[in-house]
Amino acid sequence: MSGVLVVMEARGGAWNRMSFETLAAGQQLAAGLGVAARAAVVGSGVAGLARELAGYKLEKVYAVSHALLGEYTADGFAAAVEALVRRDGADVVLFPHTYQVRDFAPKVATRFGRVLVSDATGFRAEGGLVFVRQLFQGKLNADVRVSGDGPQFASIQAGAFRAESAEAGQAAVEEFAPELAAGTIRQKPEAPFRESARAVDLTAAEIIVSVGRGIKEKENIGVVEELAKALGAEMAASRPICDNGWLPMERQVGSSGQTVAPKVYVAVGISGAIQHLVGMKGSKTIVAINKDANAPIFEVADYGIVGDLFEVVPALVAEVRKVRG
Amino acid sequence: MKIIVAIKQVPVRDSQLKPEAGGRWIEEGDLSFEINEPDAYALEEALQLKEKHGGEVIALCLGPARASQTIREALAKGADRALHVEEEDTAGLDTLGVAALLAEAAKRESPDLILTGLQSDDLGYGQTGVVMAELLGLPHATIIMQVEAGEGKLRVKRELEDGWFQHVEMPLPAVLTIQSGINKLRYATLMGIKKAKTKEIKKLAAADLGGKRASAAVLEKVYAPQRTKQTQMIEGDAKTAAAKLVEKLRFEVRAI
Repeated sequence: MSGVLVVMEARGGAWNRMSFETLAAGQQLAAGLGVAARAAVVGSGVAGLARELAGYKLEKVYAVSHALLGEYTADGFAAAVEALVRRDGADVVLFPHTYQVRDFAPKVATRFGRVLVSDATGFRAEGGLVFVRQLFQGKLNADVRVSGDGPQFASIQAGAFRAESAEAGQAAVEEFAPELAAGTIRQKPEAPFRESARAVDLTAAEIIVSVGRGIKEKENIGVVEELAKALGAEMAASRPICDNGWLPMERQVGSSGQTVAPKVYVAVGISGAIQHLVGMKGSKTIVAINKDANAPIFEVADYGIVGDLFEVVPALVAEVRKVRG
Repeated sequence: MKIIVAIKQVPVRDSQLKPEAGGRWIEEGDLSFEINEPDAYALEEALQLKEKHGGEVIALCLGPARASQTIREALAKGADRALHVEEEDTAGLDTLGVAALLAEAAKRESPDLILTGLQSDDLGYGQTGVVMAELLGLPHATIIMQVEAGEGKLRVKRELEDGWFQHVEMPLPAVLTIQSGINKLRYATLMGIKKAKTKEIKKLAAADLGGKRASAAVLEKVYAPQRTKQTQMIEGDAKTAAAKLVEKLRFEVRAI
């Protein structure tokens, strides 16, 4: 059966919010290819989620359920999704580009002799199928043409499609219990945990001043802290800064840290890799200060200054102080 | 413990990148290259595991002749020897093609553990390690922030989203993809640099490793992204730009 199959993600009975963005992408791709869209939810006890999914414009919804899928494992999910794709016969299989998908979807694609076109931001059906994705952490774009008989596999970048644009409708639910044997699952997962209660809640901040690699050395962080102080803002950082221990992990914004949407987000010396952008692009106003005019941070910025942060930031501190008295 | 670390050479961060005339890759003429950052952390993790448990660290790299510089640096930091799958036309290989050659080269060494970075800074597919594991029939885990090696097994700390983590246990041999920041990178010592000159770099060609697979995913065109947002670029020297920005934050955004 031709068509586009969207493999949704849920954990503990709750959807990963990116799933519906991918559902919207799947419906659009199916329309472009003139084929049907179907979707699946994988886990244990997923009947409720499948019923919810059946309220969308889909040809069919699969409830892929097995006791061994209650806890995520790469081996278990790869086997279940492989069996689902073989049964369904889709031309294209789409996943949300989550950490979990990164862990098992390449394995599934390999079993079909295919490549997972990961972190795709768009697609075109022109004489075959072309996916658009970013290279060099967002500095360049690339068109990737997939060839050969289906299925083709791709994962969709966070924020590339709007979840609200997923079309409602009515679909029948089909239960599917893949054959899985406990002995074939080699990963033994323990319960997920958080390092510590978060002392810093960046989500409540009105203004955030965030610092990235451009700061070069720990000793220079003070330059940016001065700006945060002048603006009455919270300090935040991109991942490398926290990796280096220059600011505590709890001040990290991005896919592995906090997601923030303040009134003003000032990105200082942050190039704007997608892992950072997903954590802050919902901010009402974004200011970017970077020496590289081609840095991807300027793609999302409302105001941009191309220049040396060690000159611009102290000048900014002086101007803010003038105004604030 | 015999550990293979798959490393990649990529353009140095902050490189000015331009699509080449044909638009199929970037102009490389003026670029400098370095080890892919997550791979540097994978190498460091391998070296620390060797220091703790003994054994051998083998650097494995697929890339053109210029990659030998990066391989030498890995040897200077402490890798014992290296395998260089020398391939000039890397753009003609897709992820599966690359992983197949790396897997075949790794298989001949029968390693206990294979480490690599979670993604490359150039292509960023983030799956070479996972595909290698599948081709080799080995268990794997991705985005790893801690590795404890035990008798015939591993316990690792996986990073999940939004500040969550999870421990996972699996039998050896296995493949792990390492997250940046898992450890503190070392510098090569003078002694290390000197020793590296005498360490073995074994060159392999794709033909020795079962040949190149036809690409299923072809990089057709590389181009600068189009701006989707109207960004007001503020010009002028630092002082002028700062004054203009503050004015905008006061009167347009009303945040100050």
